[in-house]
Amino acid sequence: MKKPVLIVSLCLGIAGFVAAQGGTVQLQAAGATFPAPIYTKWFDAYKKINPKIEVNYQPVGSGGGIRQLIAKTVDFGASDGPMTDEQLGQAGFKILHFPTVLGADVPSYNVPGVNTSLKFTGKALAGIFLGTINKWNDPELTKANPGVKLPGEDIVVVHRSDGSGTTYIWTDFLSKVSPEWKAKTGGPGTSINWPTGLGGAKNDGVAGLIKQTPNSIGYIELTYAIQNKIEFGDVQNSAGNFVKATLASVSEAAAGAAKDMPEDFRVSITNAPGKTAYPISSFTWLLIPAQIQDTGKREIIKGFLNWMLKDGQGYCEGLAYAKLPPPVVVKEAKAISLIK
Amino acid sequence: MTVRTIWRKSLNAVMLSLTGVCALVTVSALFVILGFLAWNGGRSIHWTFFTNLPAPTGEVGGGIANAIVGSAKLLLIAACIGIPIGLIGAIYLAEYAGATWAFFIRYAADLMNGVPSIVIGIFAYSVVVVSMHHFSALAGGFALGVMMIPVILRSCEEFLKSVPRSLREGAMALGASKWRTILTVVVPAASGGIITAILLALARVAGETAPLLFTAFGNQFWSSGLNQPTAALPVVIYNYAMSPYDDLHQQAWAAGLVLLGLVLVTNLLTRMVLGRQTAQGR
Amino acid sequence: MGTLSTTAGPARPVSRTQALLNLLRDGDELAHAVTFAFAATILLITILLIYELWINSGLARHKFGFSFFYTSTWDPIFGQFGSWPFIYGTLVTTAVSLTIAVPLGIGAAIFLSELAPPKLSRGLSFIIDLLAAVPSVIYGLLAVFTLVPIMRSDIEPFLKKTLGFLPLFKGPAYGVGFLTAGIVLAVMTVPYIISVSREVLLAVPQDQREASLGLGATRWETTWKVVVSYAGVGIMGSIFLSMARALGETMAVTMVIGNQPKVSASLLSPGYSIAAVIANEYAEAAGNLHLSALTELGLVLLLLTLVLNALARILIIMTARKGSGVQGQ
Repeated sequence: MKKPVLIVSLCLGIAGFVAAQGGTVQLQAAGATFPAPIYTKWFDAYKKINPKIEVNYQPVGSGGGIRQLIAKTVDFGASDGPMTDEQLGQAGFKILHFPTVLGADVPSYNVPGVNTSLKFTGKALAGIFLGTINKWNDPELTKANPGVKLPGEDIVVVHRSDGSGTTYIWTDFLSKVSPEWKAKTGGPGTSINWPTGLGGAKNDGVAGLIKQTPNSIGYIELTYAIQNKIEFGDVQNSAGNFVKATLASVSEAAAGAAKDMPEDFRVSITNAPGKTAYPISSFTWLLIPAQIQDTGKREIIKGFLNWMLKDGQGYCEGLAYAKLPPPVVVKEAKAISLIK
Repeated sequence: MTVRTIWRKSLNAVMLSLTGVCALVTVSALFVILGFLAWNGGRSIHWTFFTNLPAPTGEVGGGIANAIVGSAKLLLIAACIGIPIGLIGAIYLAEYAGATWAFFIRYAADLMNGVPSIVIGIFAYSVVVVSMHHFSALAGGFALGVMMIPVILRSCEEFLKSVPRSLREGAMALGASKWRTILTVVVPAASGGIITAILLALARVAGETAPLLFTAFGNQFWSSGLNQPTAALPVVIYNYAMSPYDDLHQQAWAAGLVLLGLVLVTNLLTRMVLGRQTAQGR
Repeated sequence: MGTLSTTAGPARPVSRTQALLNLLRDGDELAHAVTFAFAATILLITILLIYELWINSGLARHKFGFSFFYTSTWDPIFGQFGSWPFIYGTLVTTAVSLTIAVPLGIGAAIFLSELAPPKLSRGLSFIIDLLAAVPSVIYGLLAVFTLVPIMRSDIEPFLKKTLGFLPLFKGPAYGVGFLTAGIVLAVMTVPYIISVSREVLLAVPQDQREASLGLGATRWETTWKVVVSYAGVGIMGSIFLSMARALGETMAVTMVIGNQPKVSASLLSPGYSIAAVIANEYAEAAGNLHLSALTELGLVLLLLTLVLNALARILIIMTARKGSGVQGQ
């Protein structure tokens, strides 16, 4: 007697939650992990204003976002690195890039006995990650840090093991400041053949390895460093100044690049001009199809982009993201009309 | 007492205590895990954790309600695929199969078992998601179901084979046909093991993240029916644990505790309802 | 069900329903066919899986051919891909995990089936089954927070001090590496061995034990020489399950193996495994060749599983022949 009752109630329960519910429109989006916190914040805030609109964003990675967009399994994508011409060609339909926020990579390290902010030249960082500079008291490092006692220990390099926009930004910078780096590794990429070092999975993995391994150095996202109160060093920018990454210095880098920004917003802003610009900064973009058949979806996306450029930017500081500089915002607002 | 006897007796004592040590080590591993999860995630567990949708970063009060329901949906679909194929396939291998077919099918199952979960996810993506043009709970359930099959197949085959011949012969001597014997005698006799195998397979896929990333995709909100992308506990745990925010980390551990708790409850309920017997009725 | 009819009689044309009823009465043929159909879907799914992997790895296979197996460069930018360090890492971590999990698992299973009182046995095995449900990512994170520091500051230096003359334990102690990954895999896979082995051991008929004890054997001798060998095939099956999981494990391994595509004799060295690199790079794979190379790695792992299974089966056959009369397969 027990069993049939149980089975029937089980079936009813199952039928209950398998049945579909209607009412709201749900859009699907996929892409970069770096801006995921602010994107989810935005979509949540947007839902509060428009209760019938749900945008489901999943941080599967920039490459994943691009591929899903091309396969049309999502309505739009997001990426830390701009799509290449090859990828755009593969898509078969036009895709527009919209910068949303700015990110930056910072050099984080764990050197026993050193409690101050170390200064790194571009050459020093390239040498460390190439493996040509392998001791902490190498002249390239001591030169930039007079007064700091650097030990004669081996440097343990930590990098990302998973493909990532963070790696793209870092290698983009190194390629610009070190011809040797560019020749050896082939230039920027989300996944490269690292000459040396341990691989950590995601920011968490890298930060964890750095924290636990004495005499190590690695690169992590600024947002992550701020949220977790991790010590990091200054980097020398194109004007020769050693700049610490802050939300302001990162936005500076974008402002500097704004003048020469191409129409499609696909630009690298590492090593940007500007006295106080932080050299390892980058945009992150939303990838929107230029032609959206479904009127409802089109209006939702355009509405969201407009909101993002005005009210959305207000949420940046709270989550430690750098805002878009005003000239870029103006340019983007115009580009929204390109979505038909 | 000869030297040899002393040696045999001491060996006896040593080896038997060693097995106890082995069991202790294994069990303590689980307690370490549970302890870690409870210590780090315990603070996040309260009523709203179970009933709320995820809150965006920085806001308190986020919950995993949609992930719990999502995981349940996925496991249901997975069970509907994995149990029939695994169990009935095991019956075939144990009772009907000739040497060649048995060899190939066992081999295929072992191969499937060794495939990394992410590759199964990619496979499910190309078969289900691409055909449907969108992510869905069905695709996720399919991936998990495929992962369950080899575990159920191989274990159930062993349990069915270990049912003593005497039971089978007894039934046949009473005039039952082969399929009747299997259904009414062999399977019930092996039921303890079969249930173990099914629960083990479910437990394993309940915690899998990689196959869901490109199939069920994930969802910040409620997903309706089986055709939409859905949140799932392991994916939520993974995303939160990898995020930079301490609050989300705590939620990740708490969600881990919830996942284990749900598996435990399912195990308990199943054993209670379906009863538990071994071949020897111990 | 009616009596058996022995009359021959003239052959009458049989209606469709009659034919169907005849088929059902010959329940066994139907049962055979139905169960075969279900079992065959496994074959179908596996073939489909291999097919998909084969097709999607085409680009890489045509470019690299057999060199994919023995070259060691993995460079997504320059488009050079070779899988040897990943094959090596997969083999080493699986070997370490089996070396730890098999004795541990069989020992615990023996304890649970032979020595523990039934209630304790059921309770403990319940708890151990739960270990299989712990998500891979939690194993990984836990290992990072608890195991890796202990490995780096205590265990690895200890191994270097005592066994450092062996090439197995040379090199700096990072905490992450082959050994740590092997240990994590062992904990993750031991529940399968224990769970299945315990059930199989419990199913060994009581009279086998009694006969042995009656002949004067000690409890241990009975257990080891009689019960375990009787259940041998089932135990081997559980080891296959555990080995398969170790080969394919991704999340937990990638957090503790160091993710460096390096081939080194030392267990303390960081390394990489096939499943880990696929998990790390698939979502972000830059370009079709990269994606294709990752898919080919999946195919390589499949091949590896095939080979390892074959070797293990040969091992069973060889030991079965040597040992007492155990039922073959």
